[in-house]
Amino acid sequence: MEETILTAKDLKFRYDPDSPVYALKGASMEVKRGEFVAVLGANGCGKSTLAKHFNAILLPEAGTVLVEGMDTADEDKLYDIRQTVGMVFQNPDNQIVATVVEEDVAFALENLGVPTDEMRRRVDDAMKMAGIYKYRERAPHKLSGGQKQRVAIAGVVAMRPDCLILDEATAMLDPRGREQVMQTIRHLNKTMGITVVSITHYMEEAAQADRVLVMSQGEVVMEGTPKEVFSQTEKVRSLHLDVPQAAELRDELVKAGVPLPEGIIDTGECAQALYELLK
Amino acid sequence: MLRDITIGQHFPGDSLVHRFDPRLKLVLTILYIVLLFAASNPLGLALSILFLAVMYKVAKIPLKMIGRSLKPILPIVLFTAVLNLFFVTGQGEPLFQFWILEIYPEGVRYAILMSVRVMALIAGTSLLTYTTSPIVLTDAIEALLRPLGKLHFPVHELAMMMSIALRFIPTLIEETDKIMNAQKARGAMLDTGKLTERVKALVPVLIPLFISAFRRADELAMAMECRCYKGGEGRTRLKVLRCTRQDYISLAVCLVCFGGILASRLLFPNF
Repeated sequence: MEETILTAKDLKFRYDPDSPVYALKGASMEVKRGEFVAVLGANGCGKSTLAKHFNAILLPEAGTVLVEGMDTADEDKLYDIRQTVGMVFQNPDNQIVATVVEEDVAFALENLGVPTDEMRRRVDDAMKMAGIYKYRERAPHKLSGGQKQRVAIAGVVAMRPDCLILDEATAMLDPRGREQVMQTIRHLNKTMGITVVSITHYMEEAAQADRVLVMSQGEVVMEGTPKEVFSQTEKVRSLHLDVPQAAELRDELVKAGVPLPEGIIDTGECAQALYELLK
Repeated sequence: MLRDITIGQHFPGDSLVHRFDPRLKLVLTILYIVLLFAASNPLGLALSILFLAVMYKVAKIPLKMIGRSLKPILPIVLFTAVLNLFFVTGQGEPLFQFWILEIYPEGVRYAILMSVRVMALIAGTSLLTYTTSPIVLTDAIEALLRPLGKLHFPVHELAMMMSIALRFIPTLIEETDKIMNAQKARGAMLDTGKLTERVKALVPVLIPLFISAFRRADELAMAMECRCYKGGEGRTRLKVLRCTRQDYISLAVCLVCFGGILASRLLFPNF
């Protein structure tokens, strides 16, 4: 369980080699197998850039990225790395390739040259896991945002990756679509043991993670369990981020002189604490 | 308003014609076009049309669909008919004479034959698109062109481009609709004014559409790379086109019909 699956060490990267602006200025992080890690950060802090390093879409200018011990700079391992680390992007419309759901889910397997019988099995499994099996013959543009994003997830899961990176995968969805996608992701993490790295703007999503990383200006500045991170309300705010509503409420109440314990980050805990207090 | 546009003219169904192997269907359609020109006597044409009518019946495509597919080409049909009518000259006396216009019996014959042939041609190719979804058709084209791959013709790339284009047509139509509404909200007059004004008003619609299409292309390329896309080599398919016994039987029946129609031309050249 304690095996490290993703390692980034002192990553430096800039999009334009002539400009002095670095998107990543020595970012380091580690992800353990089976973990659910949320990465937070204000716009332009380099979190998407960091994510793209983990499956060799981008290569670092300095520093190393290891995926299950494979260096992403090693071109011979490129497809092994991409098979190990699947990536889901923000806009579901722009990552669906085929005109039929099941064919899109099969796309990665077709690329990998998986034999047809096995492909059929893996595609069906992936679609069932993402809860889109009943839409398998539909056209993707006729599905809702949440359904489309689950098609994209199924397309990646069909590769049987060890790790799934979600680059703001819920940002364009309505609340219901977001809940469906989060459910699917939690299911993949818990029952399949797939490591999940989720880049997000939603604090409620981050609060469900095992560990939270906060990035600012190309570096990882905070790290810890959601409780540890979100209890430091002031620091999180100074990084232009929100804290979950429950943590905010607890903070205000403490300021107003109501004695509440530390580390309250979700609504249930907050309600429980208030109940105890009022009893 | 743009949302009403349907892509291709696919008419889903589960008939023998629908299930027929798309590769064979494509080849037979091409043969049918050749046949229309080879068996050009009235009897041959009549038989060809009869064959097509039977196929439409088997495919359970309502006949009014033929009318719909013929409507856009009606001007062309009329144009060729009129040209044939006035410019084909015969040996005998003209049927009708007025100023420099002369109509000969041969002209009438050719005009009718030509229009019927063009209409049969359109109806025949429409049957292919009615009964085959665009994506299956793309697969068929890829399969049929595959031998050209040996000559370094980019068959897979071509098929990939076609299927991506098909995939993005609805997305881009929706986007055009949104952009048009956004520009209208800013006071753009898209539906009024002279033709030149309306064309000019489209520029602020097309430019954002192009930019967004390029962005989409960029993201799509990245998503494809993430899913290990590396070109056509070593690729397998989820759905492999396979000819069944039924396909071969259908093929044989069609070929016999075609042969019969062609033979009728040779046996009764005067009809």
